[in-house]
Amino acid sequence: MISDDLLGSEAHWAFGTDFEDPLAGVDTTVPDDIDPAALARYCLMLGDDALVLSQRLSEWCSRAPDLEEDIALANIALDLLGEARLLLARAAVADPSVVPSLPDGSPVPAEDALAFFRSPAEFRNVTMTELPNGDFAETITRLLLFSVWRLAEFESLLTHPDAVLAAVAAKGRKELAYHRDFAARWFVTLARGTAESRRRVLTALAGLWAFWPELDAPADVEVVLDQVFAAADVSRPEVTPARGLGRECVHTEALTDLLAEMQSVARAHPRGLW
Amino acid sequence: MVTVLDRARAVAATVVDPELPMLTLADLGVLRDVEVSALGGVLVSITPTYSGCPAMATMRDDLVRTLRCEGFADVEVKIALQPAWTTDWITPAGRAALAEAGISPPGPAPRRDGPVLLSLGPVRRANRCPRCDSEDVELTSEFSSTACKALYRCRACLEPFDHVKEI
Repeated sequence: MISDDLLGSEAHWAFGTDFEDPLAGVDTTVPDDIDPAALARYCLMLGDDALVLSQRLSEWCSRAPDLEEDIALANIALDLLGEARLLLARAAVADPSVVPSLPDGSPVPAEDALAFFRSPAEFRNVTMTELPNGDFAETITRLLLFSVWRLAEFESLLTHPDAVLAAVAAKGRKELAYHRDFAARWFVTLARGTAESRRRVLTALAGLWAFWPELDAPADVEVVLDQVFAAADVSRPEVTPARGLGRECVHTEALTDLLAEMQSVARAHPRGLW
Repeated sequence: MVTVLDRARAVAATVVDPELPMLTLADLGVLRDVEVSALGGVLVSITPTYSGCPAMATMRDDLVRTLRCEGFADVEVKIALQPAWTTDWITPAGRAALAEAGISPPGPAPRRDGPVLLSLGPVRRANRCPRCDSEDVELTSEFSSTACKALYRCRACLEPFDHVKEI
């Protein structure tokens, strides 16, 4: 037991990033013509996508093919984690009923409660983000599909009537442009590299393509993807779409495993301060 | 006459970035505004460089501590999300400080009027080696020691260096 004197008034919950509120001082009033519950649900979708993929990308830390890619994947994971934090915080303020209830006096901020104290059946991320990493080609292919779609989604949010969501999107799109181009360059490099690297990329694409329809991407997103495929001399795989129901909180077992690891320490020490 | 607001601004403008301590938060463009209420409370607005910038808490703590140390008892720090931070806000003094510290300063941020165009080729920048001033530099990675930097290598002096990437 650590004495209160030692912690002083500066103590923070041990598992957050310790800026008390990522939206401190931001006007979070939901505009009149927006349904707060729908806004919160949408922010959870985008936030959970980023949180879950960020966790997957972090698994590469110290395991990537070389140091530069290790650092790149960690940087991308950090950007996504930041987006997740803002979006989950936005969801929590828009509709506090989405936040899991914790005992009175809990030091856990709302966005951390959403990240660490929801069960898999409460997450709204698309299936693609939760699948295990596979090899480097699979990780790159997933990052390509995901960031091509997410960049376009964020661009469409720039004029969203909720100023907080529009601001998160305006910030995130600059980062996502770097993620997408990183993934696209690697996709082309691997597809036009050795017979083995090409085989791996084609295998990865064939596996992931079944989950593309779940993103529900508009036509202009497909145009960007086709540019990358053309440069890589790759055609769209002919595969039956998977029945991805991540938006409706139906997930694969992979999410259960991911969350078990991600949430274990916070759940073991829900009152942990430092 | 130096007003309380002038003094609060001047003090806030001395606080440095925790990861780039050769730059003040003002030079970095992270310090957006300083206001003083009728009762003397100071309200400082800062903006994150990147969504996941892990230095925000330290920036806030440093601002509060420095202002308190200079006699401002009531200090609050708020986040300004909009407009999003851009490297174009780094001041000329900040750019000079970066170069002096061996970090290549950013060029103009890309214009983002329409959709962000796909770029499959290597990124081209007119940057120079901050050590030997050679233009013969090559990009190693678009991601480096922090989210806001790319990694380069100078082909003349063979030293690696960081470049603050345009955003």
